[in-house]
Amino acid sequence: METYKLLLKIIMTSVLVNNYVLNKFLGICPFLGVSKKIDQASGMGAAVIFVMLLATAATWPIQTYLLEPNGMGYLQTIVFILVIAALVQFVEIVLKKFLPSLHGSLGVYLPLITTNCAVLGVTINNITDGYNFLQSMVSSLGCGLGFLLAMVIFAGVRERMEEADPPKAFKGIPITLVAASIVSMAFYGFGGFVTSLFGE
Amino acid sequence: MSAIVLAILIVSAIGLFAGLVLAVASHFMSVPKNETEVRIRECLPGANCGACGFTGCDGYAKALAEVDGTKTNLCVPGADAVAKKIADVLGVEAEDVIEQVAFVRCSGDCINRKDRHIYEGIKSCAAAQMLYGGSGMCTYGCLGLGDCAKVCPQSAICIENGIAHVDTRKCVGCGLCAKTCPNHLIDLFPDVRQVVVCCSNKEKGAVVRAKCSSGCIGCGLCARNCEQGAVSVVNNLAVIDYDKCVNCGKCAEKCPVKVIKFADFSGSHRF
Repeated sequence: METYKLLLKIIMTSVLVNNYVLNKFLGICPFLGVSKKIDQASGMGAAVIFVMLLATAATWPIQTYLLEPNGMGYLQTIVFILVIAALVQFVEIVLKKFLPSLHGSLGVYLPLITTNCAVLGVTINNITDGYNFLQSMVSSLGCGLGFLLAMVIFAGVRERMEEADPPKAFKGIPITLVAASIVSMAFYGFGGFVTSLFGE
Repeated sequence: MSAIVLAILIVSAIGLFAGLVLAVASHFMSVPKNETEVRIRECLPGANCGACGFTGCDGYAKALAEVDGTKTNLCVPGADAVAKKIADVLGVEAEDVIEQVAFVRCSGDCINRKDRHIYEGIKSCAAAQMLYGGSGMCTYGCLGLGDCAKVCPQSAICIENGIAHVDTRKCVGCGLCAKTCPNHLIDLFPDVRQVVVCCSNKEKGAVVRAKCSSGCIGCGLCARNCEQGAVSVVNNLAVIDYDKCVNCGKCAEKCPVKVIKFADFSGSHRF
């Protein structure tokens, strides 16, 4: 029971409280870049969840069984970048061959995620938070879901904004950034919610 | 020392492994691409502008290679050069791309137009227009301060005698000037067109005469002389219906104030 409670807490924390986009400000590039339409945003979100899970599944064993026993924990960042980039490329090749339809829908987003800092951030934070393999995977899933949630909410906001008529100086990116900050502030409201729900 | 060596070894081993896996994967799991599609894609400019109506250059190349009867002249930025290359690849007759050129629908230069006041503010049409609709008596006409020339990426617009002129050889039909002009005088015309009404004033003939010697007075001579029925006078201004116009130029000959102009508007990309 305790285990499930802990896993649920990890998910809640990573989706709502420590949302990667709105609270840690990682992965802002796709957040602003592909959030113009809800279907594009959800496509990107799905691709991010997929890659985050894969990356964690690959990097956690490397860190635990290869780097740490040899005292090479400091190589983390460079090794993770290498592994994630190679992994995403490999997945793209495999998808293109065996699942062309999935490749068609994720295709544009996969290469974009290769160098996404949110993915790298998730894998590194899993290590610094001292999670075991299962907890790491759950945390990645939560972070991915949080990313998807932020993307979809923000895409909805932007679709409404398209119809608004802001002053000329605010058109385009400026008003988008203002809206992003307001959405981000809204998420600060979740601040103490997990600790009061699950205890410390 | 050994720590450094070990670190280098680990990173290079991981890199080498990843590289090998990718190389093997791309060799064994490569998807054969349609060769015509690849060759067509090389011809296209790669701007992914979507002017062709497809999702981008890749989409257009795919449609050309796989769907019979896809038109080869849809790439507007690439113009005739690209249309020709595509036609060569596909082995079909090349078609002319219909480019657009911008045209200023006013001929009230500083000789023809009468001024009402002297404007000494900042040199911008948008600013001048806000002050009683500009310094000229005609509030429909070209303000001549060159907002259009400033935005033109091709430097195709110059101000001559207080009126904007578009150099059709340089114009690529982007339409930035048309969006900028505060009086909405600039329109894009397909470059096969040769007759254009060079005035936008919608006031009655006598009023126009008092303001500008080359304004459309709505006399209707053009409409009566057009054998195709393409010219009509709407709101005291001659309007040409380009679906019916055959470029005969009769309206331009008959126009008493010479605001219907007959010229070659061909852009730079003609065969």
